Amino acid sequence: MGNPVIKFDHVKKHFVKRQGLFGKSALKAVDNVSFEIQQGEILAVVGESGCGKSTMAKMLCKVYDPTEGSIYVNGTDISSYKKNKDVAKFRKEVQMIFQDPFGSLNPAHKASYIVGRAVELHYPELSKAEVKARVVELFETVGLTPAADFMEKHPNQLSGGQRQRIVIARALAVKPSILVADEPTSMLDVSIGIDIMNLMIDLQKKEGLTYMYITHNLASARYMADRMVVMYAGNCVEQGATDEIIAQPLHPYTILLLSSTPEPFREEKIEIYASENLPDLTGEMNQCPFAERCPKATDRCRREKPEDYRVGGRLVKCFLYEHAATAEEVGIDVSIYNKVK
Amino acid sequence: MAEKREVLLSVKDLNVRYTADRGQVQAVTDVNFEIHRGEFFGLAGESGCGKSTVAFSIMQLLKGAAHISGGSIEFAGKNVLAFTKEELRTFRWEKSSMVLQSAMNNLNPVVTIGSQLMDAILAHEALPKKEAVQRAKELLKLVNIDENRIKAYPHELSGGMRQRVVIAMALALKPDLVIFDEPTTALDVVVQYNIIRRIQELKAKMGFSVLFITHDLPLMLEMCDRIAIMYAGRMAEIAPVGDLLEGASHPYTSGLLQAFPSLVGPRKPLKGIMGSVPDLITPPPGCLFYDRCAYRQKDCLSAPPPLEAVGENHTCACYHRLKKEGE
Repeated sequence: MGNPVIKFDHVKKHFVKRQGLFGKSALKAVDNVSFEIQQGEILAVVGESGCGKSTMAKMLCKVYDPTEGSIYVNGTDISSYKKNKDVAKFRKEVQMIFQDPFGSLNPAHKASYIVGRAVELHYPELSKAEVKARVVELFETVGLTPAADFMEKHPNQLSGGQRQRIVIARALAVKPSILVADEPTSMLDVSIGIDIMNLMIDLQKKEGLTYMYITHNLASARYMADRMVVMYAGNCVEQGATDEIIAQPLHPYTILLLSSTPEPFREEKIEIYASENLPDLTGEMNQCPFAERCPKATDRCRREKPEDYRVGGRLVKCFLYEHAATAEEVGIDVSIYNKVK
Repeated sequence: MAEKREVLLSVKDLNVRYTADRGQVQAVTDVNFEIHRGEFFGLAGESGCGKSTVAFSIMQLLKGAAHISGGSIEFAGKNVLAFTKEELRTFRWEKSSMVLQSAMNNLNPVVTIGSQLMDAILAHEALPKKEAVQRAKELLKLVNIDENRIKAYPHELSGGMRQRVVIAMALALKPDLVIFDEPTTALDVVVQYNIIRRIQELKAKMGFSVLFITHDLPLMLEMCDRIAIMYAGRMAEIAPVGDLLEGASHPYTSGLLQAFPSLVGPRKPLKGIMGSVPDLITPPPGCLFYDRCAYRQKDCLSAPPPLEAVGENHTCACYHRLKKEGE
């Protein structure tokens, strides 16, 4: 593999939580996560509410600083950017697309101003006419054509899909190389959302963008991403090629997640036992975070925290794979996941 | 299904209008469907298609700017729209109950779940308190919550548990029809899985009919017997799940089915449906899907296509419906 564009190196993020009158404890939102994203790759970060996926996105955008560990973008530790000038330069590289296109655009401004403002701020040398030409170009890049139809509109005159395109155009205004997309389609209807995903894939191909794509939806991760990271309770429990993980999940949590996702075209109905008890994220975690819900858990899982074990091209945080190389070897039948009706 | 099943709910030519500054929004227009006793019936469609408005019309919960401007709703042969206040009070909850999307947040935070459950029971039945407590405990057990949690406050329960409490409340008086309006949209998939399984088990045990509303088509295809697809306030297609899995008849249904990424089979590029829903204050003549339809022809603009039978239990509102191979 070449040089990664993004590298999370043992990243932790603990939030201080008050307990009682004087007590304090650390809420471990992200606990020791490591992965890399290569140039031009889409990496999906998948998990349920509270698993830490949005915290990871915010750390990559320097909204939060990691408590421990480092995040490297193009080889530089991003915590070394401290001066405003350096941070502004960094923001030209990494841009974010938010979940809620209704909340992330200022309702008082026209679409052309919202996108133009980003161009003006980052390229102060451009003349008014040049800024306008760039805005038209950006509108066309995101499929808002003809641009003149949309430029004079306020956000409330646009549909959800059109707003999300404006958000993407604004992010592209600074010519970033990395886009962090936090559930960009979850508030849109599917018939609209799929086109936003297609636009993002298109931009990856044409502009060579690298994405961190955050989602709770496994099917959309499969549609978008080459590789994925499955998060549970702040831990990365499985990472590897998306197709491999979805066709043959290894970690018991990935199996639970995949089995719970409705898929009418899967040949067999999967019956699972699914407990809903999430672990307490405060305090010392001296066990596998998934142990309480795991049908395969042993005493060791409740005493010791597993490390990442390499299984083929994948990393799996589960003792089952300390010596085993396939799911069959540990007695899990994963053949059902890939059978089409 | 060869035998003729008893019709529990019958909606005929339902029209609902919302009064806006610019005029009347035609939120629901000429909607027709029937739900049989014991059936799991799905109502799908995207934001603003009128699916929740239909549910609210059935429960007579439309307020303010909304009013039913035409049509009828019959429940077990009785006209719901003609109910007196007292009849309506009995109808709601005893005959038909509803679970809303964010219902788990609608529980009163300062009252224990036990007394909220008992409120529902005691408002409809004159029972000694002891018996009501017993009934509340049974209801909690029904939805897999420990009966000792009866004194718990809503904030002490997780989102999934609260949603199950609301489902227990909806079942408190053993209604014949339970309407679920996006009951799991705000929940994680594992929690959703558990709730859906519970609903299916309870339905098998208690025999109620379900009207299940969601925009999540894969979920609906997994659990329903029949599905109705709405578009822009009109019914596009009503079909048994099996028929839809083989391929839809209406171009909109077909487009929707093809817009969902799948977890199985080869990865293939998908397409959304271009364009947007027409303005429902001044809807264009003819088929409302015309602007976005890949199969449109001139005659589509003549008049809105009526729902016509295309197979057993299968109706479709399209002049140029998609045909399956060999048809």
